[in-house]
Amino acid sequence: MTAAQQIEKIFRAEHGRVLAALISRFGDFDLAEDALQDALVNALESWETSGIPDNPGAWLTTVARRRALDRLRRTTSLERSLDKLDPPVSQEEYEMDDAQFPDDRLKLMFTCCHPSLALEAQVALTLHTLGGLRTPEIARAFLVPEPTMAQRLARARAKIRNAGIPYRVPPIDLLPERLDALLAVIYLIFNEGYASTSGDEPIRKELCEEAIRLGGVLAALMPESAETRGLLALMLLHDSRRKTRLDEDGQLVLLSEQDRSRWDRAKIKAGIEVLDEALALNAPGPYQVQAAISALHAEAPSAEATDWRQIAALYDTLAKMMPSLVVEVNRAVAVAMAGGTPEGLRAGLQMLLRLQDQPDSARQVTGYYPYYAACADLLRRLEQHEAAAQAYQRALSLCGNKAERAYLQRRLVEMLAS
Amino acid sequence: MKYLLLMYADEAIISNYSKEEFLAASKTWSDFVQDVTDAGVLISNSGLAPVANATTIRIRDGKTLITDGPFAETHEQLGGYILVECKDLDEAIRWAEKVPTAQYGSLEIRPLWFQGLSNW
Repeated sequence: MTAAQQIEKIFRAEHGRVLAALISRFGDFDLAEDALQDALVNALESWETSGIPDNPGAWLTTVARRRALDRLRRTTSLERSLDKLDPPVSQEEYEMDDAQFPDDRLKLMFTCCHPSLALEAQVALTLHTLGGLRTPEIARAFLVPEPTMAQRLARARAKIRNAGIPYRVPPIDLLPERLDALLAVIYLIFNEGYASTSGDEPIRKELCEEAIRLGGVLAALMPESAETRGLLALMLLHDSRRKTRLDEDGQLVLLSEQDRSRWDRAKIKAGIEVLDEALALNAPGPYQVQAAISALHAEAPSAEATDWRQIAALYDTLAKMMPSLVVEVNRAVAVAMAGGTPEGLRAGLQMLLRLQDQPDSARQVTGYYPYYAACADLLRRLEQHEAAAQAYQRALSLCGNKAERAYLQRRLVEMLAS
Repeated sequence: MKYLLLMYADEAIISNYSKEEFLAASKTWSDFVQDVTDAGVLISNSGLAPVANATTIRIRDGKTLITDGPFAETHEQLGGYILVECKDLDEAIRWAEKVPTAQYGSLEIRPLWFQGLSNW
């Protein structure tokens, strides 16, 4: 790693904490951002010649704090003459600072994810202030022109100030709902990187890594929150499959067809460790359940050798926590796979067919191709080729994803040939 | 900070109240006003006469145009305001949640203009 790359890495890692300390001190987002930019310019010049200090975060905070004071002085015209160069920061000065360098990132996260900001603004602001991603990078990640993203960030910062959005950890009665919102933003950042097939690969990878980093920071700052750890585990476990999720042409590869030898074992291990910590807190929630499902897939040597019975039970729990058609379809498939017998398959198929009888789900089912794809796969396994072919056809008529279409097409041809 | 809580609701809801419903609503209102006064948060408040009594004016090319009714016909009408002094937006949201109108209409929370407001 070159010195410049190393410095860049430090900037990224320290950005959120330094900015949070500055906002805490000055109560002003814009001033804090400007002062930090000044300090980063200083750091680039100084560190390349005299080396990286022992505690770069404290160094940046000290210098940024001075730059902020300079900027404040400059705006009060009487003291314009005081605007002169500072002496270099001494070793003692930043060591002293380190002791009083509080971690205010939690406050900053809650401010950035305040529900009175539009969701897209929450996401951009979180990436910018806590992740240290620059405006062009965020613009590219969300496929919007750079000026649009710059405007979105400036508006959000202005609203924080103008509307009096507080900079603090919410009081206990507000905490659960605000924490949910914060977790949702982090998961959204992750999914933007993980699930989207648009945008270039380096940016998507960066979003996943950034979401995991933020999740890790949050888990460290809120050690008693089981769902925070659940989300971190879920992201690590999903991310362990990132390399095998798309083929060389950028097409989606189904879980059952992925090359499991290429899954990231270190990430799987880390995810399972975090999940165990979460479960030990004894406060179950949907992120933990989803992480547990993901862990069972990660540990299975093959799709067939997966612990489908356990997965079916977990989907059962998840369906009670957050009922949705997606969960119901997955639950039925797990039930069908769990038995490994024609009876099991028929039971799963029955569960799927029942969804068509309930008015609520029946309406959603008509436009949801994974439902027909799941029916078709179970019918195929039951060797009801004609019915399976019809279901594949129905799924194909609803599916817009190229890789999924290729899979459905292949199965349809098989069914018609037999 | 000073926040104006603007109350929007379908006027028909209140005008269709039975006598009992009206009395119950009046009680809810006076309880709320008492709370917000006791907390030292209230600066001023008032309901507005129904939009049928509204007049809109605009000056174009130096001429005043006067029209009947509100600026735009909408589902919910501005029915009143409450001006409060709060520490931050979260405190303003808490008071807005207590306004009876929030149960059937909506509350818009607007900070008053102040010197040094950020542009945008």
